[in-house]
Amino acid sequence: MNLKHLKMTFRLFSTYKNIPRVCVVGAGPAGFYAAMHLTKKLENVHIDIIEKLPVPFGLVRYGVAPDHPEVKNVINQFTKFAQQKNVNFYGNITLGKDISLLQLREHYDAVLLTYGADEDKTLGIENEDAYNVLAARNFVGWYNGHPRDKDLKVDLSGHTAAILGQGNVALDVARILLSPLDILKKTDITDYALQALANSKIKELYLVGRRGPLNVAFTIKELREQIKLENCATIWRKNDFIGVAESVNSMPRPRKRLTELMLKSLNENTNTVNDNQKLFKPIFYRSPKKFLVNSEKHLTGIELACNVLTGDKIEDQKCVSTKDSEILNCSLAFRSIGYKSVKVDNDLPFSSNGVVINENGRVINTDVSDLAKLYVAGWLGTGPVGVILHTMSNAFQVAKLICEDLKKQENYKKGGFLEFKNIINEKTSVIDWSGWEKIDKYETEEGKKLGKPREKITCIEKMIQIALT
Amino acid sequence: MHHSRKNKKKRNPIVIISILKIRDLESFSTNLGERFWVKVTFHLFDGRKLEAEGKVGDSLLDVVVNNDLDIDGYGACEGTVTCSTCHVVLKQKDFDRLPEEAGDEERDMLDLAYGLTDTSRLGCQVILTKDLDGLEVKVPESVNDARS
Ligand SMILES: Cc1cc2nc3c(=O)[nH]c(=O)nc-3n(C[C@H](O)[C@H](O)[C@H](O)COP(=O)(O)OP(=O)(O)OC[C@H]3O[C@@H](n4cnc5c(N)ncnc54)[C@H](O)[C@@H]3O)c2cc1C
Ligand code: FES
Repeated sequence: MNLKHLKMTFRLFSTYKNIPRVCVVGAGPAGFYAAMHLTKKLENVHIDIIEKLPVPFGLVRYGVAPDHPEVKNVINQFTKFAQQKNVNFYGNITLGKDISLLQLREHYDAVLLTYGADEDKTLGIENEDAYNVLAARNFVGWYNGHPRDKDLKVDLSGHTAAILGQGNVALDVARILLSPLDILKKTDITDYALQALANSKIKELYLVGRRGPLNVAFTIKELREQIKLENCATIWRKNDFIGVAESVNSMPRPRKRLTELMLKSLNENTNTVNDNQKLFKPIFYRSPKKFLVNSEKHLTGIELACNVLTGDKIEDQKCVSTKDSEILNCSLAFRSIGYKSVKVDNDLPFSSNGVVINENGRVINTDVSDLAKLYVAGWLGTGPVGVILHTMSNAFQVAKLICEDLKKQENYKKGGFLEFKNIINEKTSVIDWSGWEKIDKYETEEGKKLGKPREKITCIEKMIQIALT
Repeated sequence: MHHSRKNKKKRNPIVIISILKIRDLESFSTNLGERFWVKVTFHLFDGRKLEAEGKVGDSLLDVVVNNDLDIDGYGACEGTVTCSTCHVVLKQKDFDRLPEEAGDEERDMLDLAYGLTDTSRLGCQVILTKDLDGLEVKVPESVNDARS
């Protein structure tokens, strides 16, 4: 044993003895909220947050739309928390690549996985790989500067585009494509996206839903915003709303208010549209059957199957495809039908619908004595649904369980990050919180030059370079 | 007309201390008929009861922040009506006497809250007035059940 090793061992046993150590994997809202709860409820705990990117905050940074800066205020709470002495951020470490689940479990008392749902679901139809058929998630990553998506090829030279799916992400994409540039200019949208949008020729945007107006997944705030959008007219198809008005009164309040807003907008449909206005056109009861392409495999349209409802009560009707179909001509299409999580480590029990199999956050059938207990929270455990509020409440619930389990344990002998620091350093450049602060400062300063709150760095090497100077 | 209180700055502790001093002075002048401080009680889902005071014109979120009340996750968007983590449930009589009804923007966010009731409001939009002294509100648990 050399001197360095001896010193380290001494440190481990003197300062760190008998404090539970928890590793959180993924620095999005689920990870932060769970960690916050743990430090609040346990007198003494040490938390290491490991994150794949050199920068924290997950989808708050890379998902939430640039024109919704208020939503990102939660970053302030997270930042205050991350500065606590017993909390460490270690960025640029990927679970499943730089470190294995087993390794983490050897060095902690509890491991909480909160690495989200990074992959998008595909439709599995013909020509899905055609030019200008994009995953909404990648488009979002592109305008928000996610390193993974910075080089996405987005061709906005056509007149008509279609979004397949009717959730909030679909509405985010619609709003970004239809908003006046003056609004976007003042946000932290990436500069290259702004340039591309400035040259966009998209005038007409379809929002295609498989089922009816009562089944939309977007929420009312986002719809209201879209309907009110300057220089943009919302056009509904009257036939899609047959029977809807009659069933409004029996719905729970949120669904009722949302449906009433659609009906109100429908009744304003008749207003004349002027030539400068862009058009937003939600359509219902249509499922994409195949993408149509030209000889160069560029998108030219989508063949949509027409669906009908069967059953009596409008609330519990089933939607089935008929033999009829309809062609929607467009040169750009976004698939926005949901996400799934990636099985980053072979030791993880995964369900077929892409979440880690768990019981209220405890990952089942993984208990082994001497290894950290395993937990999951956020989109990785609940599936990719809901807003930050829902992710937060799930994170609190899981953190509560972790507290209970840790309190039952009598002593804690694990050393945490320091025990595997050397192995990690050989594989990757670890970025700590002060490294992120440098990146943050750099981005804010670059933004200032352009009159916006921030200009994100989209290249990982550059992030690392700035963080380590 | 309903206005959200966007981009409110948090008071720093030094300011709070000086305000407390002003309050002490003011308590001497209650006989002049002016009362600027309002007592509020938050009943949490876990049985805890948090009492605090806020100034007339403060929102319930201000009261939570300025008094550093321990309510998990409360006020994530800092009062910009975009998160609904500040959901509170009022008694009918208090709900009815609030000077301003919830606007569309607030109702839209309330629709996402857990345990929504007919007397629910967003705490960041409830502004204290003199008559609200002694106000008691419930802070419902934010759990994943009964979502429509
Ligand atoms: C486009 C979009 C817009 C949204 N807009 C809103 C909104 O306006 N308001 C709202 O309330 N909610 C919004 N949401 C929902 C919100 O973002 C989610 O509820 C929340 O982010 C889920 O949190 P999470 O921590 O589970 O996952 P994430 O936020 O995805 O965090 C996961 C983290 O894990 C990291 N990670 C991934 N793989 C690994 C690995 N192998 N090793 C280590 N780390 C890894 C990721 O880099 C990421 O930082 C939006 C979601 C999307 C997709
Ligand atoms: S604090 Fe976010 S809505 Fe009130």
